[in-house]
Amino acid sequence: MLKIKDLHANVEDKEILKGINLEVKAGEVHAIMGPNGSGKSTLASVIAGNENFEVTKGSIELSGEDLEDVSPEERAHKGVFLSFQYPVEIPGVSVTNFMKTAINESRKAKGLEDMPAKDMLKLIREKSELLEIDRKFLSRSLNEGFSGGEKKRNEIFQMAMLEPKVAILDETDSGLDIDALRIVASGVNKLKSKDNAVILITHYQRLLEYIVPDYVHVLHNGKIVKSGGKELALELEEKGYDWLKQETAV
Amino acid sequence: MDLKDKLISSFMAFENNVDVEHPVHDVRMAAIKNFEEKGFPSKKEEAWKYTSLNSIQKIDFSIFPKKENALEYKDVKRYFIHEIDTYKIVFVDGIYSSYLSETTHDGVDICLMSAALTKPMYKPVIDVYFNKVASKDESLTSLNTAFSREGAYIYIPKNKMPKKPIEILHFSTGNEASLLLQPRNLIVVEENAEVQIIERHQSLTSNEVLTNAVTEIFAAKSAIVDFYKIQNDVESASLIDNTYIDQKDKSLVKVHTFSFGGKLTRNNLNFYQNGEYIDSTMKGVTILGEKQHVDHHTLVHHIEPNCESHQDYKGIYGDASTGVFNGKIIVDKIAQKTNAFQQNNNILISDKASINTKPQLEIFADDVKCSHGCTIGQLDEDALFYLQSRGIPQKEARALLMYAFANNVLSSVRIPELKIRINKLIAEKLGVNLGFDL
Repeated sequence: MLKIKDLHANVEDKEILKGINLEVKAGEVHAIMGPNGSGKSTLASVIAGNENFEVTKGSIELSGEDLEDVSPEERAHKGVFLSFQYPVEIPGVSVTNFMKTAINESRKAKGLEDMPAKDMLKLIREKSELLEIDRKFLSRSLNEGFSGGEKKRNEIFQMAMLEPKVAILDETDSGLDIDALRIVASGVNKLKSKDNAVILITHYQRLLEYIVPDYVHVLHNGKIVKSGGKELALELEEKGYDWLKQETAV
Repeated sequence: MDLKDKLISSFMAFENNVDVEHPVHDVRMAAIKNFEEKGFPSKKEEAWKYTSLNSIQKIDFSIFPKKENALEYKDVKRYFIHEIDTYKIVFVDGIYSSYLSETTHDGVDICLMSAALTKPMYKPVIDVYFNKVASKDESLTSLNTAFSREGAYIYIPKNKMPKKPIEILHFSTGNEASLLLQPRNLIVVEENAEVQIIERHQSLTSNEVLTNAVTEIFAAKSAIVDFYKIQNDVESASLIDNTYIDQKDKSLVKVHTFSFGGKLTRNNLNFYQNGEYIDSTMKGVTILGEKQHVDHHTLVHHIEPNCESHQDYKGIYGDASTGVFNGKIIVDKIAQKTNAFQQNNNILISDKASINTKPQLEIFADDVKCSHGCTIGQLDEDALFYLQSRGIPQKEARALLMYAFANNVLSSVRIPELKIRINKLIAEKLGVNLGFDL
């Protein structure tokens, strides 16, 4: 479904990604772990099409289609979703209005009519229940004054609404207490299917107890230095990242 | 003949139509003398450095409309906040339209300046308040004072509040090739009384209109005044709005200025805090395009201790539009414990657009909190990426972010239907069409 080949990316002439290879098939959950500054969030941003990063080499393919020169909004329409580590506050635009706009823009891109208001309300109700989101919450301005947990829950709510093919969750567990983590993880698990894929970007193993990955990759200095099954996450938790650094230095 | 000479020579004709024995006429005569001495302000004056009235003075304005022009309500309905019931004081080409208006004398006076300036029953109020807070020095205010005859007269006695908001509307029909209007409003809100006013100037054709308006507002002890100015006029209409506000102890006055249109707009908004525990709030949203020009000059004079002022002006400038924000705060030596806040944030969305923003603080007291900030920037790229990553195209995402930026000022609008209307206007100006149920 998602194929990343020898991906190099710069920000302001500094190379952050130095040759990433990754293949994610439908139905799979991949975890990308690694120390701070290893390039995890950059990888997430580059997949979503953030133009602040320049891809200098390599390619990203979604369902066989090269995403080079595809804008962030078009990637979203094709089924890429990024749950942000730091969601942006948009005062004056309610969660509901924002979601309506996002859904209808995506439908427009596919040549479909706007979703009828009744269906939209039904969908919003369904998905907000999935994430135990209060109705009042939906009429608040997007992310404005939200707690860290509310922001992350809202990100997953958006994912539920948009039903992406590939969802990248960037540090979705950071800033969450255990109850919020459980709700968010259970939401993601319910959204998982054989037709979509999830990439979890995380620093800690904690999230992976709730969303169990099929594969774990370790990113270090812009490269995937080790891949394995879910047990690799436990190993990292136990030993930290220092041993990896030594191992790769050798 | 240039406009100044034409105005001065018209004053005699004007005198034939007013009661020259009335004490107000002495005020008019002093005012025309001041205008004659000073004339139109030029760019050499600091306060007019960025706003030129030169091209306006070349227009051969009619100073008195020739006849009363009727308008059908259905043709102008959209300029009213027709979703709610309001009192209405409506002028067509400067002449009162009883047909479009709804005035009242039921416990409050919501009526006409022409009546207040001629009928004996209003004389006590006129004697105390007329031209008492308006500048006697500023030439355009004097010009208005000299020709003051018509406008809105609102008197709210102690402890009263009108049943509904008041709309003041000035229409110009374009029946004159070019028309000068000089409405004069007097609003007196007595102790513990309250009023909400919405004001709009609207030209209905592309003929030139210049409005030089003066509004005096007196808020007595614990009075509450909400004043909303909607400036969304056509490209041939210019407005010089001079508003003077006198506040007494514990009064609360908010003025919202929504500047979305017109050729040249100059807002002189002046607050004088003559008491303690006063709150003065000025909020503004400016969204301009083409070659439009808006100049906001605010003044808050903190004369007594323990008062607050809040200013929050947001501007979005596109095309070759230009803006000015000049916020002056004076804190007298005696005015300790003053809190004065001023904020002016601007977004330029075109290389040709420009804004000149200047805080001007004169603080003579030592125990005060004053803050001011002005920013001129582009849109936040991270926010833009966030919206795009949800499938919202870049153009719409930009508009949505600008909408959010401007919308932020509206939280203090206390008439929900007006807030919806302004929201829609903002969305329309920014080309946001996002299926909002506003």
